[in-house]
Amino acid sequence: MSKVEHLEQIIDRFGPHLHDEPWGGWQAGRVIDRVVPTHCPYCGVQCGMNLLVSDEHVVGFEPRYDFPVNEGKLCPKGVTAYLQTHHPDRLLYPLIKRNGNFERASWDEALDLVTSKFKEIQSKYGKDSIGVYSGSSLTTEKTYLMGKFARAGLGTRYIDYNGRLCMVSAAAGNNKAFGIDRAANPWSDIPLAEVLILAGANCAETFPILNKFLWQQRDNGGRWIVIDPRETPTARQGDLHLQLKPGTDVAVANGMLNVIVREGLIDEEFIRNRTNGWEDTRTMVEKFTPDIASQISGVPAKKIEQAGLLYGRAKTGMIMHARGIEHHSNGVDNVLSYINIVLATGKIGDPGRGYGTITGQGNGQGGREHGQKADQLPGQRSINDPEHRRYICEFWGLPEDELPQAGVSVVEMFDKMREGEIKGFLSICNNGMVSLPDINNIRRSLEGLEFNVNIDFFMSESSRYADVVLPGTTWSEDEGVTTSAEGRVVKINKAVDPPGEAKEDWWIINEIGRRMGRGQYFQFNSAREIFDEMRIASKGGKADYFGITYEKIDKQNGVFWPCPTAEHTGTPRLFDNKEFYHPDKKAKFHPTEYFGADEKPDEEFPLILTSGRVVYQYLSGNQTRRIGFLVQQCPEPYVEIHPETAQKLRINDGERVKVISRRGEGIFPALVVRTIRPDTIFIPYHWGEQLAVNQLTNPKLDPTSKIPEFKSCAAKIEKIHSRELPILGKGRKGASLSEVQRGK
Amino acid sequence: MKETMFIDPQRCIGCRACVSACRECDTHKGYSMIFVDYIDRSETTATMPTVCMHCTEPTCALVCPADAIKQNEDGIVMSALKPRCLDCRNCVNACPFGVPKYNTAMHLQMKCDMCFDRTSEGLMPMCASVCPTGAIAFGTYEQIVPLRRTKPVNAHVFGNQHVETKVYLMLPTDADEVTVDGCGVFEGRVALEPGHTATGESWIDTQVENSDKSNEF
Repeated sequence: MSKVEHLEQIIDRFGPHLHDEPWGGWQAGRVIDRVVPTHCPYCGVQCGMNLLVSDEHVVGFEPRYDFPVNEGKLCPKGVTAYLQTHHPDRLLYPLIKRNGNFERASWDEALDLVTSKFKEIQSKYGKDSIGVYSGSSLTTEKTYLMGKFARAGLGTRYIDYNGRLCMVSAAAGNNKAFGIDRAANPWSDIPLAEVLILAGANCAETFPILNKFLWQQRDNGGRWIVIDPRETPTARQGDLHLQLKPGTDVAVANGMLNVIVREGLIDEEFIRNRTNGWEDTRTMVEKFTPDIASQISGVPAKKIEQAGLLYGRAKTGMIMHARGIEHHSNGVDNVLSYINIVLATGKIGDPGRGYGTITGQGNGQGGREHGQKADQLPGQRSINDPEHRRYICEFWGLPEDELPQAGVSVVEMFDKMREGEIKGFLSICNNGMVSLPDINNIRRSLEGLEFNVNIDFFMSESSRYADVVLPGTTWSEDEGVTTSAEGRVVKINKAVDPPGEAKEDWWIINEIGRRMGRGQYFQFNSAREIFDEMRIASKGGKADYFGITYEKIDKQNGVFWPCPTAEHTGTPRLFDNKEFYHPDKKAKFHPTEYFGADEKPDEEFPLILTSGRVVYQYLSGNQTRRIGFLVQQCPEPYVEIHPETAQKLRINDGERVKVISRRGEGIFPALVVRTIRPDTIFIPYHWGEQLAVNQLTNPKLDPTSKIPEFKSCAAKIEKIHSRELPILGKGRKGASLSEVQRGK
Repeated sequence: MKETMFIDPQRCIGCRACVSACRECDTHKGYSMIFVDYIDRSETTATMPTVCMHCTEPTCALVCPADAIKQNEDGIVMSALKPRCLDCRNCVNACPFGVPKYNTAMHLQMKCDMCFDRTSEGLMPMCASVCPTGAIAFGTYEQIVPLRRTKPVNAHVFGNQHVETKVYLMLPTDADEVTVDGCGVFEGRVALEPGHTATGESWIDTQVENSDKSNEF
């Protein structure tokens, strides 16, 4: 049984506690034994950094000026990343929960318990009664191993990954339109674009280092069109800000394409020779005149017109988008509506003419290529394709009837836990109790499990529900590759050994696979061995890594896939020859009708609640909510409210208010700012328990990508009396739960 | 040293990478010497980084009764010399840019010295190294200015006081100098619409100030 009974003791023992100085304290003139070139553990930009090692401890960083993507630049998360390695909250030995308390266990004891429980559950309820939930902050080696572990080790169909909460709408849209899922252009193309469209991408806070390229483009005389419901720092710096209602991207994009068609700015030759399906799309956008698009989206018609003309008339231009348009129940349509603009103007496949999603997680790209997705096999192969199944089964030596069929997305997997179909659970590299929508339901799912195993290097909000917690490694203690958001495969290097009894994640999975009696599939002794197997598994797939080696990555500062042979140097720009990855080598238009968000504001819930990120925290915050500097800058979530709305509700800046949706409620301080739409409120999502915006969000999924609608639900705000306020924030505004409970 | 700093506030995204990286310099002992402030969070997300402007005639040095603040041959204004600093905080109060901070724990005024730790060894300052957008740039006038569409300005007028600085502000205007009147209002600031009573103060400013105070007690 997986309930959390002694939350206070767990927090007291495992944190989050704040830690803010290098191992051994701040020191001048420390002797540095080694400088280890590696990359940041956080976002999809995968900035290069050097870790400084002294006396076998990571004691600081030094800018890695010679890595071409970031040239030494880092955001505050990257600067302070090294503080994780020797954080006092690190999990140092396996833990088994007994009577609600986590007790220290040996590896043998913990692993034997895991395998015996898994075997017991599977023999009672069938192979598919175990669910595996993985993540894309793992190296690609580990993500490959997770897919193999679920299918060949456990034989369950139920595996999925946290990219499902990230950019999976973009992946689905790209596959539909281009037949492949990767950003079409390298970032070095950005400065060459006359006009950039940034849709739902708050680059300033979520991809700080990408701003290097954006400002290079600006210095070259380029312009930005920013499409965002909030005036983010990126929107403020842009030339044209289309401040739309959340969930109305299709209308805005179709409106822009309407203008482009009307003005004859389409590339007819490209459309005729290189694409299919234009007529239906042209007919569809006919009705989206700037006026209609404006009525739906709340963006002035003139701005939609200007945006269409600016992009349409430019010789070069790029469209980039991020979670803002993807986290919707119509996320795939949003993505396709922007791709339609790219295809209609033929702005793709040349320097400065291109398109791409800006993948969020460090290995968000690599993590969605090699088989940890519910319906995927290595190399972006499909588990539904008989030929693909045959190739992988032959390569693994797995009888074809033993390879499970496609599973379901992670949100549906949690539904299946509540329905009793999934009884056992193994999770690694995710924190559903913060990052999944409607966490009150997620809690019920976890509490109902018969057996729950979690691998992490810090005790996350979700680890607390586990029966066994196995201590894994931070990025500084293992090696492997990641693929950045531009498709560049880079190498993470090991700086120090794992602390205490912590083990490399791949060792743990390999060991469970072996102890499950499937040792023939799990004979790995190093990350490199896994990489070499993965290269062959990906060979001939769309995401072909066969020609990539650790050495080639070092020599070239990364390799862009596909890289099919040893001589191949990689493919920075995907569609250089204007050939796409559908069988007829043409790209496809998809007409997109406007449906809007699943839950629209009404009398009872008159506001649109949208959620997002701040620059100081990373994803579910399990890593960053423990770093003193980052927590000081942004200690707790808040709710952004426009002054007009605040005035109507008689809410002052800084006042704690109750935000309520159909699923839950939370208390947040009001940040009264003119930078948000009056009909919209915003709460950043990195916190758990009572501070989680995901108590409120709508779990409605996109029908194709199965991404939840984090970015739009109906909500209301209530003023509360001070006596109703929780004790939270007693010490100072923003004190975290752990601090309050430690009596600070 | 021909290199200096170029501060371009319109490029600042408010990420405070500079603030976190400044702490990493050896002699700072984890204290940051750079500040990033919201201009007026209730109205805009605009932010402004503040480093020492390294005045040609530094006010902090002029008001120091102990002659503890020295300029080196490159015109860099150094932190107060520890044996001389009297803890009087004249410099903290007098600096027109609000740069020096008094560190009670170390009984010492501390301020940005253009990363003397690093620049003396030929390395870029930490803040300019990590700044994602180039809002803080380090280099020679000839290297930086031709790349930008903004105008370098190093003359500042505070009421009757004229200050020339080694560090340049990059402005999107034709102005030759930055003028602040006696009430501390920057000339050219957009007047608030009538009836609009926003104070420009938000609790998030306080939060930021408080976190800055880790360097000032």
